[in-house]
Amino acid sequence: MFLKPLPDRITAGGVEFELMTKGEGKSLLFLHGPLGVDADDPLVARLAKSNEVIVASHPGFGLSSRPDFVSTIDDVVYAYLDLVEAMDLKDVTLVGASIGGWIAAELAVRGSDRFTKLVLIDPVGVKLGSREERPIYDVFGLTNDELPDMYFGSRDSGLAAMHDLKFPDFPEAAAVRHARNRETLSLYGWAPTLYNPKLLQRLHRIKAPTLVLWGDKDRVVGVAYGQQYAAAISGAKFEVIPGVGHLGYYENPDEFGRRTQAFLSAGRSR
Amino acid sequence: MRFWHFCEQSMHTAWAKIDGPTKVTVPNSFCDPKLAHEFYNRYLDEWMIADELGYDIMVNEHHASANCMSSSCTLTLAILARQTKNARLVALGIPIANRTDPYRVAEEIAMIDVISGGRFEVGLVKASPFELVLSNQNPTRIMERFWEGHDFVVKALTHVGAPFSWEGEFYQYRNVNLWPRPLQQPLPPMWMTCSSEKNARIAARLGYVCATFFNGPKTKQLFDSYKDEFLKVHGKPAPADRLGYLAISVCGHNDAQVEERYNKVKTYLDTQPRTPKGWINPPGYESVELNAGALKSGKKGRINFGLPENPTRQDMAEGGIFFAGTPDQLYKQYLDFQRKVGGYGQVLMLGQAGYLDHAETVDSMTLFAKEVAPRLREAVKNGVEAEAVAA
Repeated sequence: MFLKPLPDRITAGGVEFELMTKGEGKSLLFLHGPLGVDADDPLVARLAKSNEVIVASHPGFGLSSRPDFVSTIDDVVYAYLDLVEAMDLKDVTLVGASIGGWIAAELAVRGSDRFTKLVLIDPVGVKLGSREERPIYDVFGLTNDELPDMYFGSRDSGLAAMHDLKFPDFPEAAAVRHARNRETLSLYGWAPTLYNPKLLQRLHRIKAPTLVLWGDKDRVVGVAYGQQYAAAISGAKFEVIPGVGHLGYYENPDEFGRRTQAFLSAGRSR
Repeated sequence: MRFWHFCEQSMHTAWAKIDGPTKVTVPNSFCDPKLAHEFYNRYLDEWMIADELGYDIMVNEHHASANCMSSSCTLTLAILARQTKNARLVALGIPIANRTDPYRVAEEIAMIDVISGGRFEVGLVKASPFELVLSNQNPTRIMERFWEGHDFVVKALTHVGAPFSWEGEFYQYRNVNLWPRPLQQPLPPMWMTCSSEKNARIAARLGYVCATFFNGPKTKQLFDSYKDEFLKVHGKPAPADRLGYLAISVCGHNDAQVEERYNKVKTYLDTQPRTPKGWINPPGYESVELNAGALKSGKKGRINFGLPENPTRQDMAEGGIFFAGTPDQLYKQYLDFQRKVGGYGQVLMLGQAGYLDHAETVDSMTLFAKEVAPRLREAVKNGVEAEAVAA
């Protein structure tokens, strides 16, 4: 998860993106979750069998730079718009997980005709419930040791995904990568905690066919939150994947890959 | 040499009843407002006694804590501005990076300074990491917020004339107009708390008092950095009053009494780690380098104030954490520590903590004021502590 940096660099919108392109076929822009992404990402590997996957670290994550003016998710969205235009990507499927799903939804409401399909995996970004409710778990209060339990369906699968948190055994770059990812998540998501108060009202703007996948053991945002999120997007499909948590695509990448590909291969009409 | 009496205004009677953290997430059902009424007024009484004994006064700020009920240091200092006569009053400190309205901070500073007759001294601080959970301000960019807040407060306090505007990144004001203006001109004396050499140098450049808490013998390097930078920037040696050090300080008439008081106060140290684990270090508060280093080494930073396991009273004193003794013993402990770190003029004393009751606190404060402070002042005046440093 934090061991193999992405090999390429592209500068767009003032951001030097750490990036990887894998596979052949239609363009698929993969937007990673709160723990970052690396070259060994299991879902990226599966999606690359049938698509040309472009995956970058968000500004401030991994080795992507973060200029001073990029300090909110809104800024990240514009950086990605610049990236997509710089690479001249067209007919792009957006696949975003967690905070990547938030970014994907924000990209989709912006009105660009470059994005033609949307897959959201346990996205955050929307405020549901009253002012006295917090349906999104406060991940900022977790110690590093607690991350596997909260982000995954079980501590065991979490530790497997997170290399048993054996940072002392890895090169220093891995610890730096993880620490930087955690800090940047704070910058973008501390308060309001992992949501944009305006996004819910904007979701009606999404015209692209949308699939929303949810781990039934998601402890960060529960299935009920996911159902409401999907219901706000016209025509969106909502599918629950059993036995996995918030970052379930590490735990069962085959299932997430299969369902995503089935959705992408289905006809364009809704 | 100034001796500052400090107390965190705790509700220590709750500590034994609480299971787990004593701050941030601890339910406020553990706060008995009737007891709080008694404690606040007792601590204020002790500060008034400190004033009469010739101490100066230090007040801090924390939130949602059974360890410290001083949820507004300026509020406490406003009371003392009116109720004390001679003591200097230092806020150490106002957590400027947690406050969303630095204009309000400047107004409170000016009011206290004016009401006190120009006795206020202002420490602007970064604050503990878990305070961000209460203020909800972002852990990242905390120092950028701090400095913009600091710059704003200094400008507001020193500006005389028509209102000015401020269109900063973090704070925007269309009409800044400080009424009252502070009594001390151009502004009250400024302090910073420092634990890194980098920040000590920043404080030196600004000419602020550099204060450090429980930092131990390695404070020598910190103070040396300050002195080095001060000399470079201001062209003269840093006066001793530019440096401050905080430790617990308890005095008794005989060894048995010292031991009893020491044990009552030591409970304070045992309570310090009782912070919710996840809020000890919110991501972004510390630098990426520091956090990555901790992940790589598997270490959790300084443990137990750098003291050996099961520290003795002697370990505590030599470690600069807890000076406890009869007047003779305290005189020696303070002098030894002064020599160890190269001398400092602002002696910050946590003189009440834990279960030390009112009578004991007053007795300890009085004994120190009468039998230790004058000797230390004399020693420093005669350069006694400087001799050992030069050697």
